[in-house]
Amino acid sequence: MTAAATAAPASSARHAWRRFARHRLALASVLVLALLCLLAFSAPLFELALGTDSERVNLFSRLAPPSAQAFLGTDELGRDMFLRLLEGGQVSLLVGLTAAVAAAVIGTFIGLVAGYFGGRFDAFLMRFTDGIIALPLLPLLIVLAAIDLDKLGIPAAIANSENISLYRIILIVALVGWTTVARLVRGAALSIREREYVQAAKVQGAGSWRIMRVHILPNLISPIIVATTLSVGNIILLESVLSFLGLGIQPPIPSWGNLLTNAQALISTAPLLAFYPGFLILLTVLAFNFLGDGLQDALDPRAVRRRA
Amino acid sequence: MTRYLLDRAVQSVAVLAIMSVVIFWLMGLMPGDLIDLMISADPRLTPEDAARLRELHGLDLPISERYLNWLTAALSGDLGFSRLFAMPVLEAVLPALGNTVLLLGISFVLAVAIAFLSGIAAAMNQHRKLDYAINLLAFAAISIPSFWLALMMITLFSVTLGWLPASGTESVGGGGFLDKARFLVLPVLTLTIVSFGSHTRFVRASMIETLRQDYIRTARAKGAGEGRVVFRHALRNALIPVVTILALDFGFLFSGALIIETIFAYPGMGKLIFDAIMGNDYNLALVTLLFATALTLFCNLAADLAYAWLDPRISYTGDGA
Repeated sequence: MTAAATAAPASSARHAWRRFARHRLALASVLVLALLCLLAFSAPLFELALGTDSERVNLFSRLAPPSAQAFLGTDELGRDMFLRLLEGGQVSLLVGLTAAVAAAVIGTFIGLVAGYFGGRFDAFLMRFTDGIIALPLLPLLIVLAAIDLDKLGIPAAIANSENISLYRIILIVALVGWTTVARLVRGAALSIREREYVQAAKVQGAGSWRIMRVHILPNLISPIIVATTLSVGNIILLESVLSFLGLGIQPPIPSWGNLLTNAQALISTAPLLAFYPGFLILLTVLAFNFLGDGLQDALDPRAVRRRA
Repeated sequence: MTRYLLDRAVQSVAVLAIMSVVIFWLMGLMPGDLIDLMISADPRLTPEDAARLRELHGLDLPISERYLNWLTAALSGDLGFSRLFAMPVLEAVLPALGNTVLLLGISFVLAVAIAFLSGIAAAMNQHRKLDYAINLLAFAAISIPSFWLALMMITLFSVTLGWLPASGTESVGGGGFLDKARFLVLPVLTLTIVSFGSHTRFVRASMIETLRQDYIRTARAKGAGEGRVVFRHALRNALIPVVTILALDFGFLFSGALIIETIFAYPGMGKLIFDAIMGNDYNLALVTLLFATALTLFCNLAADLAYAWLDPRISYTGDGA
């Protein structure tokens, strides 16, 4: 029994890997994302090597062209553009991944509970989900990003802390981003709870939470991973547009979105300043979307058959 | 069928009602209210004056009463006064609504046309070079940040080449039809590019699915040409899921319009919402947000209607579907 049980997942993992490896764009995306993360998080090393940092203002070399000192030139305050892009990348990647995971956790919980208990409870939760999906997202995100934390009763010490814009954007995006995963999980949970082994567990006296955790959730890991990967790109886009509009990540913390805010005013004198951050956003989002697509083919073979 | 649509309509109204409460509550959480703004405009205002003004405007009441007051006024046609535009809210909203419908309408038609052409072409050439190329383009369009694309468009076509205007709706002093059209080109182009990608992927997937059906094999077996098979037999059936998704995507399109209108200084609903929120004009923000919500809900409802109309196999009586 043990031999068969251990062999099955290993070979299915190998099959999944083979299917994934066929997806050349997804493989390339992994490399691109790894490289981007490596670059972004080694920003301190570059600062050390170049003997400067991303916040050092140098008014004598404003809008300087690329050089051995500043690989991509400098911005309107003489700050090193390359280093600022790396720092901005840290923030954008961090926000994208954290918010995607947070949204997936909320969505999994709601979907699992709705699908498992069913009935009125399910109907209510799904109407609620439909309602959220039907809303014009960006205008509401702008409202949520603009509300006054004082009036929500949040202590001033927290509301004025330096990283508050970071936590706030993660929270807001997670609060509206859970719907896809919730629907997915709910649909699957609805069918799995009727399977014999779940019924058997129930007869043996397993509690609802145990059944959800041990018998249903493990079956849903692949689709949740796929949906979460695909959502990272969207979240990075949302974060960047909110930051661009001045409502997301607030300076002095750089993000790819708010680097573009300043660049817009200089678009006729220094168009490259606006080019770099947006290009990096495009590259990252594209890579996450290809990765998600590849994972879908690899982890959900049924979907492949449906599409191929 | 009628029963089902009636249910859905009632549901949409309910969502709108709930959203009006939520948005009203959120507006109360915005930094600074009307009186704070008056105080900052006129520092001589004493705290007693402020208290009196608050009472005069009903701002000292609990939020539930304020909401009911607003609702009664709104339902009798009084949507309040816009501080930013110094005119009744409705007068500021209506022209913006017209502009947005124009921008969204043209972009939507263009994006759908491109999506159908490229989606069908990709489906007919599955796993060939053309399919890969179209897929790659569609993925790129989905992944591109719309505000950055808008900035790059301005850089290329307005700053470098000087072909097209970068902002506004017409030349100073007004212009004819051609002049106005020139101002629409860049916003429409940007919005079309950012929305055609996901549509193309849906059309392709739906078309591939349909082309595998038995009746398609039958049509081919009886000797129908490939063009006839695709356009006469498959298209109508492939259309059904696509139409629904297109209409459900309206919320996304509207979000895109907000960004693009703001960057191109195009006076539509999206820019109005943004300006109202940033300019602390809460009467205007409340109404514009509700308009946007209502518009989105209406499109979802239209999707249901189109779905039923396109697919006579679907019954909404509860046993057939």
